[in-house]
Amino acid sequence: MLGAEALIKSLENEGVEIVFGYPGGAVLTLYDALYQAKFPHILTRHEQGAVHAADGYARATGKVGVCMATSGPGGTNLITGIATAYMDSVPLVAITGQVGVSLIGKDSFQEADMRGITTPISKHNYLVKKVQDLPRVMKEAFHIARTGRPGPVVVDISKDVFNATIDYEYPETIKLRGYSPVVEGDAKNIDAVIDELKKSTSPVIFVGGGVNISDTSEELRKFIETTGFPVTASLMGLGCIASDHPQHLGMVGMHGTYAANMAMSECDLLVGIGVRFDDRVTGAVESFAPKAKIVHFDIDPAEINKNIRADIRVIGDLRWALPLLSEKAATREPQKWREQVQAWEERLNAWRIEGPLSYNQPEGLIMPQAVIKLVSELTNREAVIVTDVGQHQMWTAQFYNFQNQRSLITSGGLGTMGYGLPAAIGAQVGLPEKLVILFTGDGSIMMNCQELATAADNGFPIKIIVMNNKVLGMVSQWQRMFYGERYSHTILKGRTDFVKLAEAMGVPGVRVTKPEELAATLEKAFKAEGPILIDISLPDTEDVLPMVPPGGRLDQMILGS
Amino acid sequence: MKYTLAVLVENRPGVLTHISGLISRRAYNIESIAAGHSEEADTTRITIDVEADDEIELEQVVNQLSKLVDVIKIINLTHIDSIQRELALIKVKASKENRSEIVDVVDIFRAKIVDVSRETMVIELTGEESKVDALYELLNDFGIIEIVRTGKIALSRGPGAAKDM
Repeated sequence: MLGAEALIKSLENEGVEIVFGYPGGAVLTLYDALYQAKFPHILTRHEQGAVHAADGYARATGKVGVCMATSGPGGTNLITGIATAYMDSVPLVAITGQVGVSLIGKDSFQEADMRGITTPISKHNYLVKKVQDLPRVMKEAFHIARTGRPGPVVVDISKDVFNATIDYEYPETIKLRGYSPVVEGDAKNIDAVIDELKKSTSPVIFVGGGVNISDTSEELRKFIETTGFPVTASLMGLGCIASDHPQHLGMVGMHGTYAANMAMSECDLLVGIGVRFDDRVTGAVESFAPKAKIVHFDIDPAEINKNIRADIRVIGDLRWALPLLSEKAATREPQKWREQVQAWEERLNAWRIEGPLSYNQPEGLIMPQAVIKLVSELTNREAVIVTDVGQHQMWTAQFYNFQNQRSLITSGGLGTMGYGLPAAIGAQVGLPEKLVILFTGDGSIMMNCQELATAADNGFPIKIIVMNNKVLGMVSQWQRMFYGERYSHTILKGRTDFVKLAEAMGVPGVRVTKPEELAATLEKAFKAEGPILIDISLPDTEDVLPMVPPGGRLDQMILGS
Repeated sequence: MKYTLAVLVENRPGVLTHISGLISRRAYNIESIAAGHSEEADTTRITIDVEADDEIELEQVVNQLSKLVDVIKIINLTHIDSIQRELALIKVKASKENRSEIVDVVDIFRAKIVDVSRETMVIELTGEESKVDALYELLNDFGIIEIVRTGKIALSRGPGAAKDM
């Protein structure tokens, strides 16, 4: 069989159900094989759309997302998406065509060194020049992408490989001397954590994306409810514990809640679970959780002590660690756990009352926070929420009432504008029965608006909410706060008609300008069969608050009115 | 403080790209790096000298390097009794008048003269970094035309091999 057919066989062997991609010269034989095998493939309108869609699919389902592109510009158009997936530990296999073997290194037409380019932004990468290596490389690529700390793996394949013949046999075992992720760690460390938990009078459990990735929110909830200890979450950790859970203090960090940030600053024990202590969470590292002993649970040993030095480390898969932690915590009477934090609870409650999430509601204006709250109520909190990047993303994190793991799909680490629309398409492909809602901005949507055509062609029923404030909101907020209101290139003038844009691409659009129209329009839109875009006019100077100024201390927030 | 690491990696194309890419991306302070075949055909051995503030920072370097799929094992040789060597070739100006003076210096260092021309000599020296530095200092008086150094390689003393540590 041909190498191209062998590649498709490998995808079948790995249980891949669908790929996202865009054809081109170096992958013609591969696309011919796709055609003949009738392998499910979604054609996006740009390679960046394909990689973000594969990423959204992976985050929504937990399966490995697969995308394909041709050599040169096809491959380089994947780069932002690969970096996005790498920062948020998303399992992805990106397959790119490469020029013929004899042309590699000659600056040939549509040649780019994918291996060199993707080395710092991928978990691993391959260049396949011999067809007999292909099955092994595919087996390894999927294994590396999905195990341990997941991540994107790039497989760059010379076009000669697609055309060469091979006696196909998919390897059953993997031999990777340098790759063996720690699954089960040292249980003694968990005993040490339990000892610290027993001693603490003001603990905080801080959860992150690792819980979503490992699908362990149920185990986490058991532990939380056994102890009654307060919980905070990073952006990536939202959904693991219901946003309205009585022990949940909210998101931490730059736009975290007052109570969550104060709790992080005042606690005597901080238990980080599947977090990487990103700078958007910690603020100034030297004044982060200054009174606390730090416990760090992570599958990746390199995360320990990278940003914040840990007193106790628990290295291993949360699917191993959390059941053990919750089991050991349950051997003590729930009452005892609660007694030791009574005074702490009172302080937490005082902070909750002192600084709740709030916003002004002027007459006649649609406020962005109100839109998110309304959507949260209308969707019965059951939707899969996808966001782009900027103010609307932070308001979604603050005001949407998340109930389930994997219910928020957002570019956290890289903060990629243009991620939302294709990621929503990918999420909808993975979860065809779910209501998928995209919150995007009038800035972000333009960065991959061509994917409206993909949604229209395939009838993917995603609901696209454009939070239209006619400015690049987050940057203009910083300009307002820290750059003397000099709005350098952040005013979008609002001449783009998003309803017409959507309609031109085959997606129906509606515009909402009055608060009283909002609920009815959204309700109707959510019931629509296919995709729909809802363009909502918002005021242009609303700030995301609270805010920890960049490099500032978590306990020194700029609060709302 | 300076630490010496023995890094065993897969002998495959692209491995050095991965290692050097990681070092540059994470902004680690690498003083020298030397790679070559090991006793196993499919394994390359790299000796890396890295500057780190303390053991915790060093652990970060080791953990990040260990994450690379091609990296099989890393052994910290800093606190293990080991032989550390570097090879240098130094081309120095040598006239009739000072040639014997240079030969004296070479003898003191137990270095070797490996090439002579009318105006120059090439000197080969194996030794610890400080020894190479010292010879360089002395020869500088005569005028060094060029120097090439391999970077440090290191091997533990005694019967054990790094791969078994």
